[in-house]
Parts: sequence; structure tokens; C-alpha cells
Amino acid sequence: MRLIAELFEGLWIALDAIRANKLRSALTTLGIVVGIVTVSLMAAAIDGLNQAFIKSISAIGADVVFIEKFPWFNEEPWWKVRNRNDITQAHARALAKQSQHAEAVAAVTFSRRAVRYGDAIATSVTIVGTTEQGAIVDGLNLTEGRFLAAAEVEGARPVCVLGADVAANFFPYESPLGKRVRISDSTFEVVGVLTRRGTFLAMESLDNQVFIPITRFNQVVSWRPNVTIRVKVKDMKKIPEAREEFRGIMRKLRNVAPGDADDFAINEQQAFINMFHRVGGVIAAVGLFITGLSLFVGGIGIMNIMFVSVAERTKEIGLRKALGAKPRAILLQFLLEAALICLLGGLIGLGLAWGAAAGAASVLPMRISPMVVGLALGVSLVTGVIAGFLPAWRAAKMDPVEALRVE
Amino acid sequence: MSLIRLTDITRHYDMGAETVHALRGVSLSIDRGEYVALMGPSGSGKSTMMNMLGCLDTPSSGRYELNGTDVSEMDDNELAEVRNREIGFIFQSFNLLPRATALRNVELPMVYAGVPADERHERAMAALTQVGLAERVGHKPNELSGGQRQRVAVARALVNKPSILLADEPTGNLDSKTGKEILALFNELSAKGNTIIVVTHEEAVARHARRMVRILDGLIASDEVLVKD
Ligand SMILES: Nc1ncnc2c1ncn2[C@@H]1O[C@H](COP(=O)(O)OP(=O)(O)OP(=O)(O)O)[C@@H](O)[C@H]1O
Ligand SMILES: [Mg+2]
Repeated sequence: MRLIAELFEGLWIALDAIRANKLRSALTTLGIVVGIVTVSLMAAAIDGLNQAFIKSISAIGADVVFIEKFPWFNEEPWWKVRNRNDITQAHARALAKQSQHAEAVAAVTFSRRAVRYGDAIATSVTIVGTTEQGAIVDGLNLTEGRFLAAAEVEGARPVCVLGADVAANFFPYESPLGKRVRISDSTFEVVGVLTRRGTFLAMESLDNQVFIPITRFNQVVSWRPNVTIRVKVKDMKKIPEAREEFRGIMRKLRNVAPGDADDFAINEQQAFINMFHRVGGVIAAVGLFITGLSLFVGGIGIMNIMFVSVAERTKEIGLRKALGAKPRAILLQFLLEAALICLLGGLIGLGLAWGAAAGAASVLPMRISPMVVGLALGVSLVTGVIAGFLPAWRAAKMDPVEALRVE
Repeated sequence: MSLIRLTDITRHYDMGAETVHALRGVSLSIDRGEYVALMGPSGSGKSTMMNMLGCLDTPSSGRYELNGTDVSEMDDNELAEVRNREIGFIFQSFNLLPRATALRNVELPMVYAGVPADERHERAMAALTQVGLAERVGHKPNELSGGQRQRVAVARALVNKPSILLADEPTGNLDSKTGKEILALFNELSAKGNTIIVVTHEEAVARHARRMVRILDGLIASDEVLVKD
């Protein structure tokens, strides 16, 4: 009961003191503001990246490996890998035949082209050349129609499957099935429409795509392009064995001499995750350093101003003690003042960070989650309590007679 | 049993090379309901004595029994508790919180006693009414006259129903007319049974009390009952 009364009194005094010294409090809290802006922007950036990343990475699929000319995150000097031979559709076919671990194999390539329907035109659509198994390896679902059939790939038929955005653009009111769209002066019949897939890393739309048989892609878009072989493995737990098998098959297909390094790369989701964690770690390290530094400087400022506040109110402290305030009550009073000033800084900082995050939303996906808010306010509160402790302790231990004598 | 019993109280301050003896061995008993003036010239040790009586300070040696309990050996927390329950201070310079209303100022001792808010409000109103400031409860100290400020301070001293009212030069900052009003208020409170100790160097102020203790150089020089006409 008494503690509650003291707490409320402390709160009242703290608010009153801050109100009495608005400008001073605001200036004092500047360091905290900077600290909180960095800590919450950092957390928001990591959080936002995480969100975008998790959504994107699920599009890749954890059980799919990508056999390509180059590794995703190249560690070799460029001149060493530059002259590698293309990965071909023949490689994909051979791999599918020889592999024990592969459940589905697709040779995939893509290029940007304009797509037309009647007078309507969509520039810069990603034309994906793939095989009938592409739907399995890429985890594609359809809202309408069906995916490309084996016979259509075999016979290089002029058929296509539309991404959700392309379909919505050209056919807002009618079913696209059976309609004919044109890509590079060649006509394709729509046989299916994909469900919405979102964006990849918040940049590349996965719905602004059109899928056609890779055999047709050879004729219409580009002759014998370099491809990515996407392989879905049967058993996720056996990815390492599967990689070894694919590696052996590819080395044989490409006539790599024993002892020579691979002239291709086997990429998987894990590489992305590793890269991502590295980026997140760098952001966190830089952010933590700036945050720590500004909170430290801010904390010193708070401590300084609290010493001033205690000195200014020596007589009041003496009076309160004469009226029966225990050291604990005085300690609480000044701790609350320091904590409130910092909390104020925290709130201002959060407001600024929120504004910055909203402003930067188009460039970098950021998210001020309740967790970030809690973190920021918690950090500022703790800073206030730590910085305020020494001055508050001095006030609590003050001799009431001496304090009352001060003019 | 006496309310206050001082036995051979000394208080000295060590000032490096020399030692200042503010109290040199004071023994004194005060009963409940007494109205006592502590008189003496500047530097005689009145305020030191007052701080001792008010449990703001502890003696260098000697024994102080308040209400039958020995307070000379108490720690900071216990002393705070005693001050809160037993002592009502009235200072020369009023010592009101400048940014708080009269009401809040009077509520303050009850905050540290843990009195619930609505009861605090009620009792503060009653105390302010008792000192004739019912109309001024919402005013801040700088909106009140010196006499009114001291009345607020008296209400604050009374509100926790302490055993003793301790006033150090309560009229020192007031003109003679308002000073007399405050002293009249003291007479009234004394008549109602409050124990009052007033520290002053003015004979005229001391004459209002019913017992006068003269202090000189940290010792009690005389202790007389004042006969009222
Ligand atoms: N904190 C202190 N440190 C050193 N000496 C002190 C201290 N407080 C009081 N004294 C000394 O003790 C003696 C008594 O002081 P005290 O304040 O009790 O006098 P007083 O009777 O109240 O005088 P006044 O009428 O001027 O208020 C003085 O000599 C004073 O200098
Ligand atoms: Mg004095």
C-alpha cells in the first residue's frame, strides 16, 4: 500500500519535474532518441528482411537443388569460372534418366519479353522455358486449367501457362483458357493460370511470368540457351548423398577429368540462408555498435542531468525526509524521473523510426513489430534506471539536516 | 511517563582540527500537552536540539526516549517512520513545495504514511479548514501570503496527528501582525491538547508558551513555568 502511494508520488514528481524543464529534458534525451532510432530501425530491418526472406525462400523449396554454371554466392575469382560451358537441356535429360535420388527434374531458362493479347501489351514479362516437371520442382499451383504436358514439351507445342498478374491484366473479366497470346511474333494458347505467388526478396514479382515449353523457347526466344537444372530430391534427409550423385553424373556428362575442379555449381536454399544470416549479422553488429555508443553517451547525459536535478532539489529532499520519506522513497522518485526521461526519448525515437521505416518501405522492407516496440521501450527504461541510479542513490543517502539547511 | 525524555544528550561536529560542541549534555523531560519555548541566542544550539527532538539527527552520546522508545540508536528507515508518525515540523521558511497546491502539500506526509488517496484528500481538507484556509486549498504557495503559507505548513504538520509539533522560528519570516496570528493559532492548538515546542530567540514569541527553557552554549541555563495573567 505504502509502496504504491510512494510510486504514484514518485511518478507525479517525475512528470512535474519533466514538465518544469521541458527543453532540458528534451535535450538530455537526445542521445537516447538516437540510440532508440538505430536499435528499432535495425530490428525493423532485420525483422522485415526475415519476413520477406521467409516468404521468398519458401518459393525455392528446401528439397530442390539447382545445377547451374555458377555458384550463387561466388567465392572464386570471376576469370576462373567465366569460360565454363553452358548447362544444356541434354544434361537435364541424362540426369533425369541416371539419377536414383531425383524425384523430378526440370530444365529451366528465362528471358524478358513483351507479351501481347489483341491490342493490349505487357512489356518486360519473364518468359520461363521449362518442362512438364517444372510445376513439381517449383511447387506451382494452378487456379485454372493445367500445367504444360509432356507431349507438348516433346513436340514444342505453342502453349503457355500464365502467372496471376499477367492473367489478371489481359483477362480481367473472362477466363484466359483457350485464348491466344503473342510472344515475339509467335502465338501461344493459354492452357493454365497459376495461383498468386508473391515476390522474391521483395523485388522480383513471381506473378509477372509466362511458362512455355523449353523446346518452344528454343525456337521463339533464344536458340539453345544456358539452363538451370532444377532437381527435386526424393528424400530431404539425403540431400548430401543426392548432391554427390548429381555431381558424379554431371562430371561424367561434361567430361571433367579426375582431379580437376567441377565446371558447374550445385546450389541450394541453404546457400541463400547462409548468405542471409551473414547480412543480418552485419546489420546487427553495426546497429548494436551505434546503439550501444549512443545509449552510452545518452546515459551519461541522463546521469549528468540527474545529478543537477538532485542538487537543485536538495532542500526538497530534506523536506520530504523530514516529513517521513524513507531513503527508498527518494531513490524511487529519482529513478522514476530518469526512467521517464529515457522512456520519453524512447517514444520519440520510436516515432522517428516508424516514420523512417514508412519512408523507406519501397526500398527496404521494414516492419516495426510489437517486439521492436517492446525492445526499444525496454532498452530505454533500463538505460534510465542504470543512468539514474547513482544520482538517486546520492539523494536517498542525503543527510536531512544538511539538506534542509541549503538555501 | 514523559512524552520526551532527554538524558545527557551531547552533539558535536568534528571540523578537522577542532571540534564544535553544539550540545554539551542536555537533560530534559516534556510531558504530553505541554507548550514549551526553547530560547537562546544565535549559535547556542537551539536548532541542533530541535533536529535531535525531531529525529532528523542523532546524538553523539546520551539517550533520547520518545513515547517510551529509545530513538538514539535507530537507523534511517526507523527514524523516517518516527518522523512521519510522531513529529510535525514547522519551519521558518515554510518549506512548501512551490509547484504543488496547498492541498497536495498537506497531503504529502500521508503519502509517506501510505494513507489511501481519498482519505488523504479528506484529512488534508479537514486540516486546512482547521487553520482557516478552506477557501485556498487549490492555490500554489506563490499565490498565498506569508501568513497563509505558514498556515499551510501548520496544517501539513498537523495532518498525521503527530505527538509533537516542532516549530523552528515559525514567525521569523513574518511581520509582527501575521506572526501574532500564527502564535494565536498555536495557542488554540495547545488548548486542544497538542504538544508544541517552539524554538525562538525572541522573548515575545517565547512568552506565548507555558514553559520556557533557556539554552546557552549547548547547556540548559534555566527552565521555568510561565505564569499566565
Ligand atoms: N553541521 C554543522 N557543522 C558544524 N558546526 C555546526 C553544524 N551545525 C551547527 N553547528 C554549530 O553548532 C552550534 C549551534 O548551532 P545551532 O544551529 O544549533 O544554533 P542556533 O541556536 O539554532 O542558532 P540560530 O539562532 O542562529 O539559528 C553553532 O556554533 C554552529 O556553528
Ligand atoms: Mg537555528
